[in-house]
Order: sequence, then C-alpha cells, then structure tokens
Amino acid sequence: MSDPLPRVRVTGPPRRRADVVRPAGAREIDAESALGEVFMRSLLREQLVLALRVLAALVLTLGLLPLAFHLFPSLGDVRVGPLPLGWLLLGVLTYPWLVLLGWLYIRRVEDNERDFADLVSVLPEAPE
Amino acid sequence: MSTDILPGVVAVVLVSLATLAIGTFGLRISRTTSDFLVASRTVRPRLNASAIGGEYLSAASFLGVAGLLLTFGAEMLWYPVGWTAGYLVLLVLVAAPLRRSGAYTLPDFAEARLGSAGVRRLCSVLVVAIGWLYLLPQFQGAGVTLRATIDAPPWAGSLVVALVVLASVSPGGMRSITFVQAFQYWLKLTALLIPVFVLLAVWMSDGAADPAAASPPSWSIPIASPGGGIGLYTTYSLIIATFLGTMGLPHVVVRFYTNPDGRAARRTTLAVLMLLGVFYVLPPVYGALGRIYAPRLIENGSDVLVLELPSLMVGGVLGAVLTGLVTAGAFAAFLSTSSGLTIAVAGVLSQDVTGRRWGTRRLGGVAAFRVAAVIAVVVPLLMSLPAQDVAVARTVGLAFAVTASTFAPLLMLGIWWRGLTPTGAVAGLLVGGLGSGAAVAWTLGTSASSGWAAALLGQPAAWSVPASFLTMVVISRLTAATVPAHAGRFMVRLHTPEAVDLQR
Repeated sequence: MSDPLPRVRVTGPPRRRADVVRPAGAREIDAESALGEVFMRSLLREQLVLALRVLAALVLTLGLLPLAFHLFPSLGDVRVGPLPLGWLLLGVLTYPWLVLLGWLYIRRVEDNERDFADLVSVLPEAPE
Repeated sequence: MSTDILPGVVAVVLVSLATLAIGTFGLRISRTTSDFLVASRTVRPRLNASAIGGEYLSAASFLGVAGLLLTFGAEMLWYPVGWTAGYLVLLVLVAAPLRRSGAYTLPDFAEARLGSAGVRRLCSVLVVAIGWLYLLPQFQGAGVTLRATIDAPPWAGSLVVALVVLASVSPGGMRSITFVQAFQYWLKLTALLIPVFVLLAVWMSDGAADPAAASPPSWSIPIASPGGGIGLYTTYSLIIATFLGTMGLPHVVVRFYTNPDGRAARRTTLAVLMLLGVFYVLPPVYGALGRIYAPRLIENGSDVLVLELPSLMVGGVLGAVLTGLVTAGAFAAFLSTSSGLTIAVAGVLSQDVTGRRWGTRRLGGVAAFRVAAVIAVVVPLLMSLPAQDVAVARTVGLAFAVTASTFAPLLMLGIWWRGLTPTGAVAGLLVGGLGSGAAVAWTLGTSASSGWAAALLGQPAAWSVPASFLTMVVISRLTAATVPAHAGRFMVRLHTPEAVDLQR
C-alpha cells in the first residue's frame, strides 16, 4: 500500500451573502416601524385622494347629465348641427373626456410613485 | 341553399378558421400552467389592450346596443358609456394594486388579502355563477345571428360557438387566446367601421333625412322611459351598475394578471379606454340610420339591426359583402367574449374543483384546466338551449348589477381599507349577491311590467351596491379583532411601486 493521498480541504463559496445595501426608508417599511407606517399611510392617502378627484370630475360631468335633462326637459330639443344634444354628448364627446381623465390620472399617479421612491431612498441612515 | 345566405356562411367559416389557426399558433409557445392561466405575465400593454377590447366587446355591444338605440333612443347610450367609464373607475381604483397583488384569479386575491378559505370558496361560486350568467346571452346571440343570416336552427349557432371556443381554449389556454382576442378586436372594429362609411354615403345621397324627425321626442332624451322619478332612478341605477360592475367581471380581472407590472396594468387600461371609445362611436350610427331605413325592426327583432341594415340600404354584391363583414364581426364577438369567460371560469374550476384529489387520482395542472374548460362551456350551453328568447343586452346588464354588488365592494374595500375582515367580506358578498341575484331571477322569470317595484327589481344596483358596502363595513367594524395580521404587509405589496426594493 502506498502513501495515503494528502487530505484536501473542500470549500464552497461563502454561504452568507454580503448585505445588500438597501435604502433606509425601505428597511423602515419592511420592519413595519412607526416611520414605515407613516410612509405607507401618506402614500395610500395621496393615491386615494387622487383617485377620488378623478371620480368627482366624472360624477360632476357625466353623472349630472340625467339630472340636467330631467330638470330642463327643453334640452331634449336642442340640436347641434344634425345631432340632438343628448346624442352628441353621450354618443361622441364622452369618450375623449374619459380618455383625457385617464391620461391625467396616469401622469399624476406616476409622479406620486416617483416621489415616494425618492422619499424612501434619500432618507438619511437611521442609527442602528 | 340560396345565394343570399352565402356571405353569412363564408363569414362564419372564415372567422372560425382564423380563430383556430391563431389559437394553434399560440399552442406552440404554451407550455406551463402559468402560460395557461396568465400567459406567464409577459403581455405588453398594446397587445394586452387589444385583447381586453376584443374580449370585452360582446354580442351585447356589437348587436344589442345598436338595436336598443333604434328602439329606445338616447337613454340606451348609457350602456356603451357605462361600459367604457367602468374602465376609468377600474383604472383609478384597482388596476395597479390588483396586478401587484400577484394572484391568479379573483378567489386567489380574496384568499391572499383576507387569509380565509371560506371567502375563497364563496368567491369561486360567484365567479362561476357570473361567468355562466354572462355566457348564456353570448350563446343565445350566436343562435339569433345564424338564424338571421343563414336560416339555421337556433341551437346551431350556440353549438358552433361552443365547439370553436373549446377547440381554441383548451389546447393553448391564456397564451394563445391573447393573440386570438387581439385579432378579434380589430376584426370587430373593421366590421362596423367599413360599412358605416358606405351607409353614411348612401344616406347623404338619399338627401340626409333626419332620424330624430321620424322619432318620438323621448328618443333624444337620455333618461330611461317612462321618465319622471322612476326614469331617473333607472338611469342612475344603470350608471352605478356599469361604472362599478366592470371591475368585478371575472374575464376582465383575469386579464390584468397578464401584465408585467402595475405600471403596465395602468397603461393597458388607458389603451383600453381609447379602443372602446373608438368602437362605441359606431353603434349609434346604425341605431340612427335604422330609424330611417329599418322601421319594421323598431318594434321587434331590433337585435338583428346591425346584420340587416347593410342589405336594406345597399343592394347587390356590395350589400352582400357588407353583410358578410358584419356577420363576421358578430361571430367574432361571441367567440372572443365566450373564450375569455371560459378561461376565467375554467381557471377557477381547475383550481378549486377539477385540480383537487378525487379518490386516489389527481389531475395535473394542464389536464385539470382542460376538463374544467369543458364543464365551463357545456353547462351554459345546455342552459341556453331551452330559453332562446331572452334579450341579449338585458341579461348582460343584469350580470353587471351582480358584479357591482359583490366583487366591486370586495375589491375596493380590500385594496383601500385595512379594516376589512373575512366575516365582513362574506356578509357583504352574501347581501349583495343574494339581493341582486334575487332581483335578476325575478326579472328574467317574469314578463315586463311597470311601476316602482319593477324598476327596483329590474335595475337593482342603486340599492344592492350600497347595501353590500354598508354590510362589509359594519360587520368588519363589529369583528375588528379578526383583521388579518398580514393586512399591513399586504397593503405594502399592493401600493408600493415596483421600483422600490421591498420584501413583498
């Protein structure tokens, strides 16, 4: 029998990953700390207020039409070119209005999300 | 076989073949369960919006709206307006959070948000019931179309639609159906748009008669007949049902999970608003021209107005080609909406029924989906055979009232209010579902009558939606101790942009 083979140490890559550097604000939210809670509440309130504003614009325009035609039946006789007013408003003009509201909403809501991302990433390092 | 049925036959055959061909193309790239249920979440906004538009514009939009406008006038414009505005409400309240929730189906969302298997089961039952209530008029509309264009017996159209839907859905699932539905949106738009130009040219050369002159004054007033208090109530109730009902439609909701992220979900919704706006300008043209050229359809048979108007106004070969075109569009409408609903119902059934262990056997994901698809199609098909005479748009309108009273409150409160509890959700779903469901059953079961009782039951959303909301809030407050422990964490997942690196 020859000499035993020299022992070899078998190693793998280190198990523990180096800590990913994450913004302090994100850690606060993940830890569900009081500060993280404040961040979330302000985001939720801002988005909800924006949504309700768009819905209010919808209700105050489209939503008032039946009432207007109920209170002023003479609107039914108004003509714009070859079209009765009711057909023009509901059959044609409503659609660009809905698209415009949707477009404005998306612009604002993406601004809000960008602000939120900036806010949680620039938060100064909290003492551990 | 006479020559005037030829365009209809050619149209139906071509649309069916194109649907199957595109579905087969998708089959080559569908492999996993995720492909089947949500197209692996990789569908870009523009394609996705076309697919949503294709699936959403059903028989009610393609045939029903023009017919209702012909008979009743401006009050019926609220249907297309509501069906479009529903997407704006969906955009601002649920689109992005729903996508970020990461669930496959509505019951998945309910279970993930509330952590309760009971809520999940109730939602599954509701999805299947609403899906079938919505599939029924699609099959019936197909029967009406084939009877009007090629004189087939009424069951033939239902059967053809059912078979084509099964053949295109079960092999490829969501991934292949996405392409099919995108194709069908553009087909439907073309099928209404090209005839409109020809018909308007004919109308101008005939001296541009005024449709309103041939109609009673109520035709120009957008308030439901008979006007007064009842008319106002009916109109506002319809507005509530359609504005809120859209977000709860199972086949629409499942499409949102195919977006890559929350931002794409919003952009998809905006594109859908544009596509629907372009489409819905067209049916009123048919309704108005019908007043002049198709007066005999006003009293009965208004559902076939879109199919018959081209041949009534234009003769010869051009008339036949246009008839073929609108028939193709109508058939695409049945196929796309039915396949979307079949996917949604089959998705729920495969998770909660056919995918379970039965005895010692258990079907794999894809096999379970295919069995579920068969069940999802056969049941409404059998239901549609005896009852061929329910108005298409009426039944679809009732389905909106049910979703507005059940899933709309669940989604809105679930997404924006931490305090929702499982008990509150179940109570609200039961109150809204049973209330609106009873009204629907009564309306479908009795012949038309007038007065306040008929208005309250025929258009239940104005009372059933607030009742459902109120029940959810009050019962949740009473059971506040059972607010799920993970509610706060789930809110983080729903509302924070993907750009922020968080544990989700």
